[in-house]
Formats: sequence, structure tokens, C-alpha cells
Amino acid sequence: MAFDSFSALLAMDGHAAYVWSAWGLTALLLIASALHARTERRHLMQNLKRRQRREHHADRGKAHES
Amino acid sequence: MQVIEPKAELGIAVRATIKRDMTLVLRRRSEVINPLVFFALVITLFPLGISPDPQMLAAIAPGLLWVAALLATQLSLDTLFRSDYDDGSLEQLLLSPQPLPALVLSKTLVHWLLTGLPLALMAPLLGLMLALPGQSYAVLAFSLALGSASLSLIGAIGAALTVGLSRGGVLLSLLVLPLYIPVLIFGAGAVQVVILGGNAAPYLAILGAQLCLALMLAPWAIAAALRISING
Amino acid sequence: MWAFIHKLGSPKWFYTISSRLQPWFWGLAILLLLVGSVWGLAFAPSDYQQGNSFRIIYVHVPAAILAQSCFVAMAVSGVIFLVWKIKIADMAATVIAPFGAAMTFVALFSGAVWGMPTWGTWWVWDARLTSMLIQLFLYLGVIALRGAFASRDSGARAASVLALVGVVNIPIIKYSVNWWNTLHQPATFTLTERPAMPMDMWLPLLIMVLGFYCFFIALTLTRTRNEILRRESAKRWVRELVADTGRRG
Repeated sequence: MAFDSFSALLAMDGHAAYVWSAWGLTALLLIASALHARTERRHLMQNLKRRQRREHHADRGKAHES
Repeated sequence: MQVIEPKAELGIAVRATIKRDMTLVLRRRSEVINPLVFFALVITLFPLGISPDPQMLAAIAPGLLWVAALLATQLSLDTLFRSDYDDGSLEQLLLSPQPLPALVLSKTLVHWLLTGLPLALMAPLLGLMLALPGQSYAVLAFSLALGSASLSLIGAIGAALTVGLSRGGVLLSLLVLPLYIPVLIFGAGAVQVVILGGNAAPYLAILGAQLCLALMLAPWAIAAALRISING
Repeated sequence: MWAFIHKLGSPKWFYTISSRLQPWFWGLAILLLLVGSVWGLAFAPSDYQQGNSFRIIYVHVPAAILAQSCFVAMAVSGVIFLVWKIKIADMAATVIAPFGAAMTFVALFSGAVWGMPTWGTWWVWDARLTSMLIQLFLYLGVIALRGAFASRDSGARAASVLALVGVVNIPIIKYSVNWWNTLHQPATFTLTERPAMPMDMWLPLLIMVLGFYCFFIALTLTRTRNEILRRESAKRWVRELVADTGRRG
């Protein structure tokens, strides 16, 4: 460990603002892109399912009419 | 039926394209004059915006002249394929049996002759107004003539990519300006180094090398881009 | 050979294979990034010149490397799409572009933040930072061009051509910017070039670089799968797949 205590790690010898802002933005962008990929998939799946259900109902409706 | 050798046919097609484009552009004279007026106007803005002090102007003159000329070339790009696209003659060009890269190269040549070359010839005059030191005028004109040929070729790729879009203007600058940076660095550098008393030959050689590279690669990229814009 | 390439390019085949691969890459990415972060932030020794501000290297360098790799990957996918008309390649290029732009931005931001304690200003026209900035503009151009076309196929082909033009130009731009930089600011010391880093400094860096690459691969796989669902939604196998997951809940 390069630091004596956890608070020393947070303080980074006075460079805290620089180190943590650079790391923070990087972490933020990485996590955001991963989460975006996940929600994108969930939305796509939901949309596809909804569309299939609708088409299914439409088909059945047509069958009733004829 | 008259039999013409393929080689001669290509020569005829290239010559015909050049002649046709020359006539068309010269008929709409404003397309030739507007970039020049723009160039002069931008140069006029800088002494007003910064300071009329000749010493300060002389220090930044090479960069100013180069950036202004670059923007003037860039603004004229949109007209390169636009009217041909609108009246359908671009489609004819694509259908012709001649290799498309050679034909677009001749179109680009016309663009350079009527935009880049006049800008290069006009630049020394504006350099005079910016108190550009005496020994650098020839290099300024020569570097601009050499560099603007590369600019026309690179710009034509962007123009071909955006010709099918109704509002391609700002997008065209976004695509093309980053690719202009190497030409700008060595063009402005050539003028700067002469002012500092150095030898501009290496800079001009690199500008020439860039032009060779652009001549080798750009016609194919322009042709591919036009095919996408027309058929897509 | 051709059969293999076309099999590789088939969305269905890619979807099946990638579903087996992607958990591994996500797991590896998270593991490497966590180990690298803890090591780099807490255990690596501080630099004798720059103190603890040098710890920015562990995000700056991987992001910068990845930003360049993404551009190359995008251009290669573009060529594959233009020459062999393989749709998967274009789907990959579509999802790589925004991530590459994000990584370029991370590299720029961390470089600027690093510049403050090192040079005393937020921005220095340093050769690396300047070429990174130009690269960001190239990314934005590719993304904007793709979005400007009404037809997806023309947009894809135009973006591929532009990515290819960009990848030819990037070395030229880098070379010119280096030349320009040595001319205008002689011998400022650069952020990342340093004589012989000790092992417990560069080993976490290596782990971080590998972690960023794994993250990139994992994200590209996941998002390419999403693109497949989006574009191939009318295909029979996609419909069956959706129905299957629906039954399972």
C-alpha cells in the first residue's frame, strides 16, 4: 500500500481533485455504456414481444371473422 | 462505325469533361468570384478584430492567409457536384463506360483551376495588406497553389459523400476540415520558415508528397462516394 | 474459406456464438478493471516527480490506446462491409463509433486534468492531445454522416468510406502534428513518455489496458446483438427467439 491510511488515499497528497475527477469520469462513462447496452436490450425485447402479441391477436381476429 | 482505341477514348472523355465543366462554371461567374471575395473579406476582419499594428499582423499573417484560403476552398466545395446532381448529369457520368476515377479527377482539376489557383494568385496581394515580410510572397503563392490542389482532392471526397443530402453544408465542413490539417501545417509552415530566414524546400516537398498521395487515393474514394450518393 | 466467412457473417450464427462468449468477456473485464484500479490507485508507488497525480495514467493511457484501436476496428469493419457486404460488420461499426468517441473524450479529459498539476494549465497544445482532439472530430464526422442519410444502407456505406479515409489520414495527421509541435514548443516533457518505469508501476497499467480491451469486446458483442435484434426483427429465427424468452419469463 502506497498510503498510510484510507483518508490519505482519498486525499492523494493534494492531487485528489485531479485524480478522482479523471477516474470518476472514466468510471461513469464505462458504467453508463454498459448499463445503456443492457436497457437497450431489454427495450428491444419488450418491443418485439409486444409486436408479436399484437400480430398474434390480429391473426386470431381475422380467423374469427372468416 | 468509327473505331476508337480505348486509350484515346479516355483522353477524349477527360478532355470533354474538363471543357464542359470549365464552360459551365465560367458561365456562372459568381461561383469563381465569391470564394475570392470571401477570402479578402475574412482577411479584412482580422486587423479590425485584433490590431492594425503591422508587426503583430506580420507575425500571424502566414497562418491567417492559409486558414482563410482553406475556408474559402471549403465553402466552394458544395457546388462541385451539386448542380450536376440536380440536373442528373452526374448519373450520366456514372453510367459512362470510362473509368469514373479519371472523370472525377478531371472535375476536381477544374475546381482547383477556378478556385485554388485564383486564391493562390490573390494571396500575395492580401499578404501586402497584412505587412507580410518581403521575401515570402513567392513561397506563399506557390505553397497555396500546391496545397489547394490537395485540398480540392480531399474536399471532393466530402462533397461526393454529402451531395445526396439536402442539407449537407455544415456536415461537409465537419467531415473535411479535420482532414485538411496536415496540408495547413506544412503550407503555413513553409511561409513561416521563409520569414524566419530558413529554407522552405522541405516543406514544399512534403506538400508535394501529400498531393501525390491524394492524387493516388482520392479519385477512387470520390468515385466510391459518388456511387453511394447516387445509387443509395 | 468463403463458406466460413459467410457463416461468420450470418447474424443468427453470430448471435449464438456471441451469447456464449459475452459472459466471459464481461467477467474478465470487470475482474481486470477492479484489480487494475485497486492496484493502480492504492498500491502502485507514487511518482517521484509528479506525486500522486501520475495515477491518472491508469485511465488516460488505456483510453487513448482504445480510442485509436476503435477507429481502426471501425475502418476494418467498414472495409469488410463494403467488399463482402457482410451486415454484421456494419452493425459492429455502428456500435463501435460512439464508444470510440467516448474513449477519445475520456483521453482528452484525463489529459487536460493531468495537465493542470503537471504543466499548470488545463490545456496545452501538446502533440498527443492535439491529435486526440482531431480524432474526436473525425469520430463525430463519421457518426454524423451515418445519421444524415435517410436510408440505412447508404448511410452505412458512406460512413465506411469516411472511416477508411480517416484511417488513412490519422498517421499523416499524427506525423504533421508532431512536426508542428516540435517546431513550436521545443522540449516540453510529455505526460506519458518516461524512462524505465518500475514493474509495480507498469504492471497495473498493463492490467488496465487489457481490462479496457475486454470491456470493449464485451460491449461490442452485446450491442451488436442488440443491433441484430433491431434490424432482423422480421426474421423467423428472431421471432422464435423472442417467443422462447417470453415463455421462459
